[in-house]
Amino acid sequence: MLIYIVRRLLYSVVVLIAASFIIFSFVSLSNDPLAFLKMQPNASEQTIENITKRKHLDQSIPVQYVYWAKDAITNQFGTTTIGNRPILPDLTRVMGHTLQLVIAAEILAILVAVIIGVYSALRQYSMFDYTATTFSFVGLATPVFWLALMLQVLFVNIYLWFDVRIFYTASLSGVDPGSGLHFVLDRAQHLGLPIIVLMAASVATYSRYMRASMLEVVNSDYVRTARAKGVAERGVTMRHAFRNALIPLVTIVALNFGGLLGGVVVTETVFALDGMGLYFVTQLQLGDPYPVMAWLMVTATLVIVFNLIADIAYGFLDPRVRYD
Amino acid sequence: MDCATHSTQRKDFVPEAILSIRDLTVEFKTEDGVVHAVTGVGYDLAAGETLGVVGESGSGKSVSVMSMLGLIPVPPGRIVAGEAIYKGRDLLKIPPKELRDIRGGEIAMIFQDPMTSLNPVLTIGDQIAEAITTHNAGMSDSDAKKRTIHLLDVVGVPVPERRVDQYPHEFSGGMRQRAMIAMAMANAPSILIADEPTTALDVTIQAQIIEVMRTAQRETGAATILITHDLGLIAELADRVIVMYGGRVVELGDVHTIFSSPHHPYTVGLMKSLARIDLDQQWLEPIPGQPPSLILPPPGCAFHPRCALSQGRERCRTEIPSLRTVGQGDEHLAACHFAEELDAQRLVAHAAAAEGR
Amino acid sequence: MTEQVPATSGAVTAPAERLGSSADLSLSYESGLELKARSQWAYARMRFLRHRLAVGSLIILILIGFVAIFAKQVAPHGFNDQDLVNIAAAPSWDHPFGTDLLGRDYLSRVIYGLRTSLWVAFFVALLSTAFGTAVGAVAGYYGGTTDNLLMRFTDLILTLPGLAVLLTAAAFLGQQSQSIGPISISQPVMIGLILAFLFWTGLARIVRGVYLSLREKEFVEAAKASGAGDMRIMVRHILPNCVGPIVVTMTLIIATAILVEAALSFLGFGIQPPNPALGSLIAEGNVGGLGYWWLVTYPGLVIVIIALAVNFIGDGLRDALDPTQRLRA
Repeated sequence: MLIYIVRRLLYSVVVLIAASFIIFSFVSLSNDPLAFLKMQPNASEQTIENITKRKHLDQSIPVQYVYWAKDAITNQFGTTTIGNRPILPDLTRVMGHTLQLVIAAEILAILVAVIIGVYSALRQYSMFDYTATTFSFVGLATPVFWLALMLQVLFVNIYLWFDVRIFYTASLSGVDPGSGLHFVLDRAQHLGLPIIVLMAASVATYSRYMRASMLEVVNSDYVRTARAKGVAERGVTMRHAFRNALIPLVTIVALNFGGLLGGVVVTETVFALDGMGLYFVTQLQLGDPYPVMAWLMVTATLVIVFNLIADIAYGFLDPRVRYD
Repeated sequence: MDCATHSTQRKDFVPEAILSIRDLTVEFKTEDGVVHAVTGVGYDLAAGETLGVVGESGSGKSVSVMSMLGLIPVPPGRIVAGEAIYKGRDLLKIPPKELRDIRGGEIAMIFQDPMTSLNPVLTIGDQIAEAITTHNAGMSDSDAKKRTIHLLDVVGVPVPERRVDQYPHEFSGGMRQRAMIAMAMANAPSILIADEPTTALDVTIQAQIIEVMRTAQRETGAATILITHDLGLIAELADRVIVMYGGRVVELGDVHTIFSSPHHPYTVGLMKSLARIDLDQQWLEPIPGQPPSLILPPPGCAFHPRCALSQGRERCRTEIPSLRTVGQGDEHLAACHFAEELDAQRLVAHAAAAEGR
Repeated sequence: MTEQVPATSGAVTAPAERLGSSADLSLSYESGLELKARSQWAYARMRFLRHRLAVGSLIILILIGFVAIFAKQVAPHGFNDQDLVNIAAAPSWDHPFGTDLLGRDYLSRVIYGLRTSLWVAFFVALLSTAFGTAVGAVAGYYGGTTDNLLMRFTDLILTLPGLAVLLTAAAFLGQQSQSIGPISISQPVMIGLILAFLFWTGLARIVRGVYLSLREKEFVEAAKASGAGDMRIMVRHILPNCVGPIVVTMTLIIATAILVEAALSFLGFGIQPPNPALGSLIAEGNVGGLGYWWLVTYPGLVIVIIALAVNFIGDGLRDALDPTQRLRA
């Protein structure tokens, strides 16, 4: 098992390095990170020259890459091009905010989706099933940013009409949220909308797979055997069907992680949350490759680790796939 | 009326049967129409005997027993009519909870494909123990496990103490089927139903499983319903045989009679299609044609489109034959209008063979 | 799916002499039991037509397609025509979708926007399908090192989170039209290329799977024995088996492409003005302080309808072409 993990990690590192080089290349090739600065009338020649020297912008791409790589490993991803601001502290700060959002959204999404999926499967073709399926389809067809905007419009209008603030995202970092229940409530109110938005696509996907998986399992031969043994329906559902139906979901959740990050980018932009998504978009707009690279490397690592955890969890759930 | 026995008084096929099925009719609603899976089926099972149920896929042999045990999904399935009397109670009418008590307890089932019929994420021991504890609520886990190990031993699984904690994918095909038989035996049932127990296994393993089944029957003293299309298996294990076609029983009798003088053209066709070592065969003789559609069965006798005996006679095309006694005694029944002609044909064939020698 | 009994003759071909009797089996199917032989495509079409939702969606999509193709004729106003009297007007009979902050008729703008979004999506789907199939076929058929290399390359692309990479690529590469020699690639096409570059991997895996499993089959051996070259085998013999998954995945790509392109355009990194795009329309509409709900609602609604329709069609196609994979059991 350990060898497997180590092997996976090593392989991932190689992939990461290769990917980083490719991305760095096309990021630096067609782009001049100083373009923005050069357009400013009061930027002195000296400043431009200093930055060029510091970031080795006058050298070839491979050389620049090596410097970047060195910076990344030894100097905590270095600093931004303009302003020479260290990247890592910013990154960790926004990552903390985003993680709150993502973890809450995913856990809720999985819970809701499992319940919906199982119930839909057990009551196939019922009103509930049709409604759930319709919502799934609609959920998958809805652009995340648009849903975010629509919800915002809705709640802003509720505020305007009824003078009641149910969900709002302003002053998220400003006010101290306190601890315990107060913390939860405060977070729920501030992050409620973004969490709902992030959940939408996930729930749609997961519940559909859960339903399909549950249906397949419920019609399987071993469930028939369990019934033939005289096991009560409840035992059949929980002990035999549910456990088996859950297994493919692990893979789906893992695969969905990348999509989740995309949703984060868009959601934070719409709700102006100080998280990884907004950070990424801002740096893209500035055209600075260094924070962008740092962000990509960090997220890629997260994805790899997450996938590894998912694979191990899968092996835990399904005895046919144990890695020894 | 077209059912097996429709007389006003119930006729027992077998005296003191522990299971009596009469007029069982089951249908399924599908996108393409209503499937008449089983129509007017009736048979008896005596204590301790092995009843073979022979037929092609789609003949209704599995559906008839599964519906009796409440194992068919009720929409789209529907038990239209019939009764299944077991120990004085009609299984088709008792409340689900009582049926559940009987299922796996007094009537146990062995399925065809042991790989898919066992839950891959639970150990073999857990699954067998579940069969035990479901019907013995008070039993402790360790007692159940002890009994499980004993059962595995009886069916011939080596080193059962270790095997009991293994998963189905760690067992070979034959082992898995043994485990399934152990699971069925767990509560000393009075009736064992085996649905194609050897079909998914290699031929060499089949022989072993036949032995295991004999052991199971001996240990439990149970009557067995053996559902299969494998005539060899029937010859080995069955005492009596019923032949099903198109959802109906077309012939019924004891195994020797059925094999030596079948009285339904379908049975004749089945026997003829067997590959025989003792005969000098140039060709194998399959039954021509295809199984009938159960949504739109042929009018009259379901077998007539493929029947060499029928030759398109009007009676076969319009009137559904009912099961009636043929041959000697009154324990051999066949559902064919012209069953007696088969006797005549046999005499001719024997004479020809004798002459040719 | 071919029926074993030839429907036309209605008789069963069996050696009559071996049956030992004079049974005239040509009577077999006279009683009206006909087994009609149908081609595989006919069955697929039958199954598809059973899905009312899929069929309805197809009709809607065709309608939308017409609107898109004939945008100039259908749109009541030009894309940039300003009606200065009615700036930022709510929906009315004159302007069914209202007007934007510069007084431009929103319905027209949405129509033009949906035209761009649609053709970019189709472009992406076609390109990634072609590329993905090619890569998958080569990887699956040749196996070994070729397979390894190609799959590692696929892994590379999959390791990084999708939208992020797309955004990066779009931000740094796709903002202007490029010229490679004499060919000039417009900016929307650049975006299309970038999107296609990340979407082909899924299909490649599926196709590779099919090729891997089929290349050992006897019909391939037979083809080789009769002198067929690799190319011919790959295209004429194995490829038809993939049509089901390919078509289904393609519809999925269309839907995803529309959504992703909208997201990119919304964030400002997708299709740039003056080219119209639904995502950009939403972004522009968002500026108005959320007070002008129609500016944000309608383009999004159009996206949802198109994506829904495509998804339903995809579902219907999956049932028709690949019934072993029924997601709705």
